[in-house]
Amino acid sequence: MYPFSYTRASDLRTALRAGADGGRYVAGGTTLVDLMRETVERPGTLVDISGLPLREVTATKGGGLRIGALMRMAEIAAHPTVRALYPVISQALELSASAQLRNMATIGGNVMQRPRCTYFRDVTAACNRREPGTGCGAREGFNRTHAILGTSEQCVATHPSDVAVAFAALEATVHLLGPAGERTVAFADFLLRPGSTPQREQDLRPGELITAVEIPAQPRPLRSGYLKVRDRQSYEFALTSAAVALHVRAGVIRSAKVAAGGVGTVPWKLSAVEQRLIGARPSEALWAQAAEVAAEGAHPLAHNGFKVELLKRTVERQLRVVGGTR
Amino acid sequence: MSPQPQKAVGSPLSRVDGRLKVTGQADYAVDHDVPGAVHAVVVDSSIALGRITGIDTSAAESHPGVLKVITHRNAPRLVYRDNPVSNNPRGRRLRVFQDDQILFFGQPVAVVVATTIETAQHGASLVDVSYEARQPTTDLAGRPGDPLLNYARGDTEAALASAAVRLDREFHLARNHHNPMEPHGTIASWDGDKLTLWDKTQYVIGVQNEAAAVFGIPVENVRVISPFVGGAFGSALRTWPHVAIAALAAREMGCPVKLALSRRQMYFTVGYRPRYQYRLRLGADRQGRLTAMAHEPTYETSNHETFWEATLFLGQMLYNVPNVSQTLRTVSLDVNTPLWMRGPGFSSTSFCIEVAMDELAHELGIDPVELRLRNEPTKDLSTGLPFSTRRLRECFQTGAQEFGWGRRNPKPRSTRDGDWLVGTGVATGCYDTRRARAEAHARLDAGGTAVVQSAASDAGPGTYTSMTQVAADALGLAVREVEFRLGDTTMPPAPPQGASQLMASVGSAVQDTCDKLRLQAIRLAVGDQRSPLHGVRPDDVVVIAGRLQVKDKPARGETYRQLLARNNLTHLEANGGYTPPAETPYSMYGYSAVFAEVGVDARLGLVRVRRMLSVYDAGRIISPKLADSQALGGMIGGIGMALLEHTVTDHRDGRIVNANLADYLVPVNADIPELRAIYLDGDDRKADPIGVKGLGELVKVGVAPAIANAVFHATGRRVHELPITAEALL
Repeated sequence: MYPFSYTRASDLRTALRAGADGGRYVAGGTTLVDLMRETVERPGTLVDISGLPLREVTATKGGGLRIGALMRMAEIAAHPTVRALYPVISQALELSASAQLRNMATIGGNVMQRPRCTYFRDVTAACNRREPGTGCGAREGFNRTHAILGTSEQCVATHPSDVAVAFAALEATVHLLGPAGERTVAFADFLLRPGSTPQREQDLRPGELITAVEIPAQPRPLRSGYLKVRDRQSYEFALTSAAVALHVRAGVIRSAKVAAGGVGTVPWKLSAVEQRLIGARPSEALWAQAAEVAAEGAHPLAHNGFKVELLKRTVERQLRVVGGTR
Repeated sequence: MSPQPQKAVGSPLSRVDGRLKVTGQADYAVDHDVPGAVHAVVVDSSIALGRITGIDTSAAESHPGVLKVITHRNAPRLVYRDNPVSNNPRGRRLRVFQDDQILFFGQPVAVVVATTIETAQHGASLVDVSYEARQPTTDLAGRPGDPLLNYARGDTEAALASAAVRLDREFHLARNHHNPMEPHGTIASWDGDKLTLWDKTQYVIGVQNEAAAVFGIPVENVRVISPFVGGAFGSALRTWPHVAIAALAAREMGCPVKLALSRRQMYFTVGYRPRYQYRLRLGADRQGRLTAMAHEPTYETSNHETFWEATLFLGQMLYNVPNVSQTLRTVSLDVNTPLWMRGPGFSSTSFCIEVAMDELAHELGIDPVELRLRNEPTKDLSTGLPFSTRRLRECFQTGAQEFGWGRRNPKPRSTRDGDWLVGTGVATGCYDTRRARAEAHARLDAGGTAVVQSAASDAGPGTYTSMTQVAADALGLAVREVEFRLGDTTMPPAPPQGASQLMASVGSAVQDTCDKLRLQAIRLAVGDQRSPLHGVRPDDVVVIAGRLQVKDKPARGETYRQLLARNNLTHLEANGGYTPPAETPYSMYGYSAVFAEVGVDARLGLVRVRRMLSVYDAGRIISPKLADSQALGGMIGGIGMALLEHTVTDHRDGRIVNANLADYLVPVNADIPELRAIYLDGDDRKADPIGVKGLGELVKVGVAPAIANAVFHATGRRVHELPITAEALL
């Protein structure tokens, strides 16, 4: 671990000032400290923001939800309002990491997670994200767990978060606070595809801090859920996953929110699937027909070709689980 | 000598060292507090083949707290005597910092010594090594390999040609790493030319001999201490380079040095179960009786050493096959050398043989249990020797009954539970019973308590506990009155804790030693005019609860304490041992029948084990609770081997891609279903004096094929490759 200095921010203003001076924000530390140990991350200054007052879930007008950035994963998963209104969020969180990690990790940090790509995490390997211009070890290397969607010549790593998939599906927004004030970014725009600048992972300006993630109001009743497909049953990242939320009225799907994880360089919103669902009546045939387009545009690599079919089946399964009609 | 009642042996004792372990008081190798110790961290090669062209140590050396950086440029020449004692394979072992050559990815190229572990770690990351890299060869696939061993009986090709049913299959098994919880580590401390090592090892004598050989000093100048080992599964059966590095650094620094490997380094320099490619052909008649088996296993080894493991035994003795041919090949690669991992050789070969047997059963429409029973031999066809005990038939019968095998619909893909296809599978497990020379020392104190010791190891099976049980019964003491000590080369010699030989060997030595000590006390009493036992025949005396008494007249007797006090003795002591006969007229193996039930998500390809049952013919069970720990651990390890474990190498540069426990998957609690172990009652006194056949290796063998066969039964899909992943079942 490279030497670093550490400060604790007592309020937002101090935090922002330290951030503007080049400090790296740390809260639960479950990702950043790991990467510092591996010398992948070498921050000069850590600004501990875990004491800031960003630890509430509040209902917004019209039935939305605002989740403070410092809420722990476990707290959100257990929150009665979240459980009642957005099972997809609770489930995605509960299927993540381990109990110990969920007790420490915050929602802001979760969204900010860096890739699990083993070439990224091995400082002796080539990685454009870690060291721009050095090449991508994974593209021609061992890439079984890598992305099939949103990849570039520069990078093929997946975004590892589960709950971010639920956020993408529900079209969440990210609230940011920076030296220039507050702004709000659509979740879909916040996490960036690697393109030619894989080292740039979020639409985040220097010193900016996530203060909350907001889930917009959804039509009710809403049925939702998250399915995670993985090699072992716990403590493991997704091979594929699907977040599904459906609003059915008078036997017709009026609103469909679907996103996939484990397959994209960012949480992958499945708009084509949603389009096939909206206005249709739930049926086994519909789920299969909608899931058929889940992997549109996929570019499989040498070892992850199976994800194309697995993604379709994952989406189909979760549409059925959430949409019923068996 | 009158037999002692067996009270401690066979009782379900908890680990005698359990409290120390769960309260953090057990000192593992690098936990030991050695005053004045400094810390060392190894720098690993980031190429797999080539040479070092430059090492810039200036940044590391100028970092505050870094004391020294040792590389091949400033390291002293080391002796590296030949050493046949320490489980070094044939070849030329890696010599640390003796030249600029790189033989495998992760090879140590420097060591940084600093005042704290954190400083040493940071210092290691500041060492800048440049290389001239060559293209390494690390992929076993498609390479012919070099013949290592052959075996033949009968005319296998002719028998195959005329067989009513034939199978020809190729199997692929991934490389696995041992991944014990405690990383390897060593503390080295010199006093003149005498070296003390606190090391994680399954064989203190092996470490002692290797350290002496590396530094060219007499063996008796090296003392190795290893009271606790946090798991090893075979990885600590050899003395790996970091031990020499720690000792070298300590000698250069003039003070004790602590060196622990990181989890990542555990994938580089401490061995692994080799990757296998295995072609198996078998022939049988329509009744399922095997007529021929042709085995062509190939496994990886390093370019600098030729690894050997027991790959041919099972194919020769497991079933009643008149015609057998075997050709074992190794492929030499630019990798580190493998090392025995739980059930070495047997685990890998049993996967191939037992999956093939399942295929044969399916093809002939014969129940897989019945097929195995039809191929039970009456003697070991590889040697012609009778079996000491072989109760595999009982294992299958008991297992089938307890597992509910009779209710099975043999048709694949016939059982559904929602989205899950459910299947059951079975396989035979087998591992050979080994024994080796072992010695022990026992001392009975005037207070009536005893200390027994032997330079054995306890990497987890519970040696402390089981030896205490054997000693307590032989001495006629309660378990709490006996202390067993191990893990120090100053103690009487013991063999490695590997190949499941420790219980048979050291257990027999402990029994012999304690028998001698008890007899000594009995003789003292019957010859002592003041003893109530005076004049009694020694053979008529037993010791119960620390009291010597006439077997048929328990009222007549006295305690050890009374006897020693009256004779003004502070203690009695005895040395004893066990030497296996040079030739044993028996074929000795432990056996098991392994049953597994799996669920396979029909659409998503996920395999989840739902329950397992293993029935063991392992001879006498000394410590049932610890036997269960072994059995469950073996089944869990087998689940890992079957479904998860896979060390991935990037053959472009020989890099281990998943050198950490986030990417090398082992089962977690959620993957572990209901597991049950049954042990057939009885013992095997032909195998050794205490009647055991060894358990720790056996429990892993047969698990992976039972799971693979259950996957076939669930899905109709036959997988010949380990681990079985979702993509193989989509």
